[in-house]
Amino acid sequence: MAVKMFRRCPDSGLYFHKSAESLMKAHAVLGVVFLLIGGIFGLLVAATRAPGIHLLDAETFYMALTTHGTAILIFWVIAFEVAVLYFASSTLLRCRPATPRLGWLGFVLMLLGSLITTAAFFRGNSSVMFTSYVPMPAEPIFYLGLILFAVGALIGCFIFLGTLVIAKEEKTYDGSIPLVTFGALVATIIAVFTIASGAVILIPTLLWSLGIISDIDPAMYRVIWWGLGHSSQQINVAAHVSIWYAIAAIVFGAKPMSEKVSRGAFLLYILFLQLASAHHILVDPGISSTWKVFNTSYAMYLAVLASMIHGLTVPGCIEVAQRKKGYTNGLFEWLRKAPWENPVFSGMFMSLIIFGFIGGITGVVMGTEQINLIIHNTIFVPAHFHATVAVGTTLAFMAITYFLIPVLFRRKLIWPTMCKWQPYLFAGGMTIMILLLLGAGTLGVPRRHWDVNFTDAALQYEFAGTAISMLGMAVIGSIIASVGGALFCLIAVGSLIFGEKLDTGASFLSSFGFPMAETSYDVERPDKLELAPIEDTGNGGEHHEAKGTFVLALVFLASFVIYFFINAKYLSSLWPMM
Amino acid sequence: MSIMPPSHRVWWNQPIHKIEVTWVIIALVWCLVLFLWMPYWHVYGEQNLSNESYKTSAELFEAKTQRMVDKYTVRTESEAEIPVVAPPAGSDVYLVGRLWDWWPILELEKDKSYRVHISSLDYQHGFSLQPVNINLQILPQYETVITLTPTTTGSFGIICNEYCGVGHHQMLGKIIVK
Ligand code: HEM
Ligand SMILES: [Cu+2]
Ligand SMILES: [Cu+2]
Repeated sequence: MAVKMFRRCPDSGLYFHKSAESLMKAHAVLGVVFLLIGGIFGLLVAATRAPGIHLLDAETFYMALTTHGTAILIFWVIAFEVAVLYFASSTLLRCRPATPRLGWLGFVLMLLGSLITTAAFFRGNSSVMFTSYVPMPAEPIFYLGLILFAVGALIGCFIFLGTLVIAKEEKTYDGSIPLVTFGALVATIIAVFTIASGAVILIPTLLWSLGIISDIDPAMYRVIWWGLGHSSQQINVAAHVSIWYAIAAIVFGAKPMSEKVSRGAFLLYILFLQLASAHHILVDPGISSTWKVFNTSYAMYLAVLASMIHGLTVPGCIEVAQRKKGYTNGLFEWLRKAPWENPVFSGMFMSLIIFGFIGGITGVVMGTEQINLIIHNTIFVPAHFHATVAVGTTLAFMAITYFLIPVLFRRKLIWPTMCKWQPYLFAGGMTIMILLLLGAGTLGVPRRHWDVNFTDAALQYEFAGTAISMLGMAVIGSIIASVGGALFCLIAVGSLIFGEKLDTGASFLSSFGFPMAETSYDVERPDKLELAPIEDTGNGGEHHEAKGTFVLALVFLASFVIYFFINAKYLSSLWPMM
Repeated sequence: MSIMPPSHRVWWNQPIHKIEVTWVIIALVWCLVLFLWMPYWHVYGEQNLSNESYKTSAELFEAKTQRMVDKYTVRTESEAEIPVVAPPAGSDVYLVGRLWDWWPILELEKDKSYRVHISSLDYQHGFSLQPVNINLQILPQYETVITLTPTTTGSFGIICNEYCGVGHHQMLGKIIVK
């Protein structure tokens, strides 16, 4: 007799496989723990950078900054991404996961690796920032932990690919894989490349820190390290764009405006992945301008084009779905009447807007070869990537968590009012912090810097008053965002422990990666996943265009162009140099 | 539904929304402008990073800097007696980045060009000239050479904006333009 390994979630209709769902839960919880740890250190860092507070001493500050960056950008984001991979393969394709035991090996490696590196932070001799630029040494266990973590994540990638193969062989779905799974596949392919770059640079660095290799070229280190560092951001983008599409489908029943365009845009991420990630080394010695100009853009910025396409098609597909429901007045009724009190939607939509308008525009502008001269290593850079990765990626992951807690964990969310407000607090606080830090960075304030008043230095320099006050005021945004972030962690963990059980088989342990009671799994083989129903064109055959979205896109383009030329003008005011 | 297989088995033959096509074209044009702006600025812009850099070593670079300091020091500043060096216009000028200062202080003339060589003797550093706001990554073993033409007078700070250890925030230098 075959064993029943699946359950069908009565609320969403999704099928969860026993082993896959346990893996998903374990990885998601691991991620959230590191979001909490990283977030606490983020607040400490922010409170130290504000000249009026200057909380930590220098040594602790640099340790806290290393912990914040690594714990949150690597451990939180990647652990959650592996959970997303299990969801996008096993759950969306209604398929058993390939080699779940190896999946647990991967999990254990990620857990061990993250713990080992965290121990290195707290020992205090590895405050080298997550970039660990040579020749500044960290303790060997710092690199060792990162390598173990990466191997664990790599196992997760291969299981995802294996699950896709099984789904195809066992014909669990009809037609082509869903767009969301396709996006996750793109993320996985990039991840495999990323982890390979990571291995090429971190393994020698580990050997160097052990004294086995005598010298690592600092220029080469930066080129290859950013092959890891930048590509991993491309994984995040592919992952959170997939989640945007997933949420559009879950909340609105939206289907892609056209599969061809959306999938084509995802493919561009792979084809135009910046292999050496030139935009991080635009002002480095030893590399020619031709190489920089070509590799930062591949002559046409097609990865940027890809994000601009998703920026249209994601809200566009929501607009079309909403118009079909009858919200057809004017340009924006569809948006006004969207469920703004549902954190799954509000989180996703703010993630999209802030990622595009702030993260996207600032990223491309500073990634222009010459403009990088006025921005490199200023606090503009962290401001930019908080828009991409703290709001873009993290808020999208928070939004999907509000959906997953009832559906995957079978728990009701606690504190519904707080759930409603949380995305606004996080996004609002972040936006305040980001805008002020962009301003301070434009005036030259450095990143990763304990004291911009240079109190004990032999020489002195005084920043413009506005620069210092912007840096100081940014902490207000940081505090609001931290309240939002903490609230998310409390709601998530609180719901897992105290949330009302939606399935009698759910238990305390099943919230943290153990299977639910045997009785919960009563499906032997899910129904085959059918093609999405063919669109009926809505009200009386009328065709709906995403006009409002197009207007938003034009506003975006105008902001982009204006901001670009403002910075070009600023550049032209510098001392001539060649 | 993006979480289901496309409704048409042959989805790649389905028509595309007009709005999508229009946007793809507009966006592509803008992306091309962004790219073309960079070569354009190399030809017509005045702020470009040189392609001149050399492999060097800490000893070699320090020795070259010392030679310049011995030759052109005009006075010292602060209790630490940091040499102020006034090299002739058009000459090769050396600046050392090390834990934790930029050394020596340079005194330059307005509207004259200098070939400024910069390298690090230890970790990576960030040359950040303020408030002019020119920012360069400085690596050990590599000598960056830029030709710089100060167009404003006054005293300018060089701060370090690449983290270089616990004294990173004390790492300062100075350029005086007369
Ligand atoms: C509670 C919310 C957060 C606050 C208040 C916060 C604040 C900050 C501040 C003030 C910096 C330091 C900038 C500097 O001195 O160079 C920083 C750095 C950083 N943050 Fe956050 N952040 C938060 C959340 C996040 C999230 C969610 C992510 C990513 C998913 C993130 C990723 C990073 C990274 C990668 C760095 C760079 C560390 C480095 O320079 O080595 N932060 N953050
Ligand atoms: Cu990058
Ligand atoms: Cu420094």
